[in-house]
Amino acid sequence: MFQDRYTLAFRLYPYARSVDQDAAAPAHHRVVVVGGGPIGLATALDLGRQGHPVLLLDDHEGVGQGSKAICFAKRTMEIAARYGCGSKLVEKGVIWNLGKVFHDDRKIYDFNLLPEDGHRFPAFINLQQPYFERFLHEQIVAEQAKGAPIEIRGKNRVDAVEVKDDGVALDVMTPEGGYRITADWLIACDGASSPTRKMMGLDFEGKVFQDSFLIADIRMKSESFPTERWFWFEPWFKSGASTLLHKQPDDVWRVDFQIGWDVDRKEELREEKIRARLDAMLGAGVEYDLVWSSIYTFQCRRMKKFRHGRVIFAGDSAHQVSPFGARGANSGIQDVDNLGWKLGLVLEGRAPDRLIDSYDEERRHGADENILNSTRSTEFITPKTKMSHIFRNAVLELAEHHDFARGLVNSGRLSVPCTYDGLSLTGADALPGGPDRTRPGSPCPDAPLGAGFLLDRLGGGGFTLLTIDAEAPETFVEDGITVTRLALSAGDGPALRERYLGGAASAVYLLRPDQHVTARWDRFDAAAVRTALRHACAKD
Amino acid sequence: MADLILSPNLPRPDEFYANLIAAHEGLTDDESAALNARLILILANHIGDSEVLEEALRIARSEA
Ligand SMILES: Cc1cc2nc3c(=O)[nH]c(=O)nc-3n(C[C@H](O)[C@H](O)[C@H](O)COP(=O)(O)OP(=O)(O)OC[C@H]3O[C@@H](n4cnc5c(N)ncnc54)[C@H](O)[C@@H]3O)c2cc1C
Repeated sequence: MFQDRYTLAFRLYPYARSVDQDAAAPAHHRVVVVGGGPIGLATALDLGRQGHPVLLLDDHEGVGQGSKAICFAKRTMEIAARYGCGSKLVEKGVIWNLGKVFHDDRKIYDFNLLPEDGHRFPAFINLQQPYFERFLHEQIVAEQAKGAPIEIRGKNRVDAVEVKDDGVALDVMTPEGGYRITADWLIACDGASSPTRKMMGLDFEGKVFQDSFLIADIRMKSESFPTERWFWFEPWFKSGASTLLHKQPDDVWRVDFQIGWDVDRKEELREEKIRARLDAMLGAGVEYDLVWSSIYTFQCRRMKKFRHGRVIFAGDSAHQVSPFGARGANSGIQDVDNLGWKLGLVLEGRAPDRLIDSYDEERRHGADENILNSTRSTEFITPKTKMSHIFRNAVLELAEHHDFARGLVNSGRLSVPCTYDGLSLTGADALPGGPDRTRPGSPCPDAPLGAGFLLDRLGGGGFTLLTIDAEAPETFVEDGITVTRLALSAGDGPALRERYLGGAASAVYLLRPDQHVTARWDRFDAAAVRTALRHACAKD
Repeated sequence: MADLILSPNLPRPDEFYANLIAAHEGLTDDESAALNARLILILANHIGDSEVLEEALRIARSEA
């Protein structure tokens, strides 16, 4: 009746009977989150830190074991830093910059991510997803201790959703039987096979790639494999049509073999069979433990709409990508960051309900960009026709000797946040000569400020008016929304000019709570800022 | 942003054609296909102009 679908890496929230189970009438909640994967946990954390009561229901008692995400992008660390757990990720994670690409038995080239200086966080870290989720949960516990109204109920499975105009009613199953609750808002973070989506009869369309990947995490004490990303196309050791080797914390390596579409899963997952592939690749003498293995097929698809009245989909429930490019969890965390402040303002009655529509618009735009990129990578790695295979190999052959072809090699374009160019909330660009990378809609790039960093100084959860060598009031209130100024001078940090001023002598940026640029000017103009702020809150 | 040139532009067309065919001499069909692919990539990079390339793709495709 209540069976785990997966084994746990960490048991974090054991089942405990809640008062709702003994209530005479269904208890009411403002916000319920279904699913305690990374996206559900981050959603609860975001809302709870704002002081909004949030109830998270998960059908297990903690974090699942298994080979899922390992690459976390700078943007995710920056968001986690705002939640209070950014440093933990970096301390535990493995920082890597160097990648090598092989074809058959030849190294065709190597690349350095060449991260730009002057950011608090590295471009990427590798970290097992269970750690990522555990750190989010630890932060939830820390916030609860400070009074954040977050409640997590383990082994509480949502079995039915009844959608109304002004909320939902949920049937929840526990090991001790079922109960019913109601909620104003439901955030569905219940993963790619989202029961919520299915119960509501909603679409999830896209492309399935006709290939399978055997993923093995192995522990070895080896000096011969450095902290780099190694990718083989058609490797000489024949363990797969492509193979990826990538370092994780705790002396664990991710190995990823592309093994074809028509495979006997049970047979391929036999330990001897997996070891045969690994031995061919690593060489006979290398000793290792098999930590985890599984077979995946990949797809790129999304829902047509992420918002359905009072039900909002975030993370894999709304969109799914192939892992090439590490865009799954990383984009889901951006969903949360986008939704958090908007839902917060709507819950407080400080912005109209239609602000939530902009979540739908902006994050569908993000999902499309991620799907496009990961589809292209997947097509390069797993060519579908003879001709695309010929072109793929022509690129690889040329790349060995000619620089130009390296830009065409696509073993994954790593996740970067998207710019909300031309979307509803994005305002005016009135900064002549301003850098392209900080045009309205862009996520703010970090920059060093004295001993610290710019992003740590922005916002504290609200709107910020960043002024560089420009006058402006210290705070600014418009229709219940406060904007706080951060006054800087070009001399305060070496990267400010390049990242925020460009050819301009002064700049005023209006920044959203999720640190995206709303609008920018060369000087403070109260009427213009007021308009942009109202616009960014969907007020007109 | 140049337009795709569709008027005669090769100074010695017969010579170019002969060289193209000669480049494939002695190759299997698969090897020839690979050579063509490399050639297209090299030329595309040389052209570099995405509008010209898209126009060329469109015209090549419409002849099929
Ligand atoms: C092999 C592989 C490699 C990957 N690598 C990367 C990477 O490097 N970087 C990256 O960013 N992403 C990567 N991803 C993607 C990443 O794992 C997912 O995007 C991420 O897990 C999505 O998180 P989520 O919270 O949306 O969903 P999930 O992690 O699927 O969590 C859903 C949660 O909902 C719960 N749930 C389901 N149904 C119910 C119900 N009825 N009631 C209550 N709870 C329910 C589940 O138990 C689960 O806890 C990878 C994925 C795979 C498969």
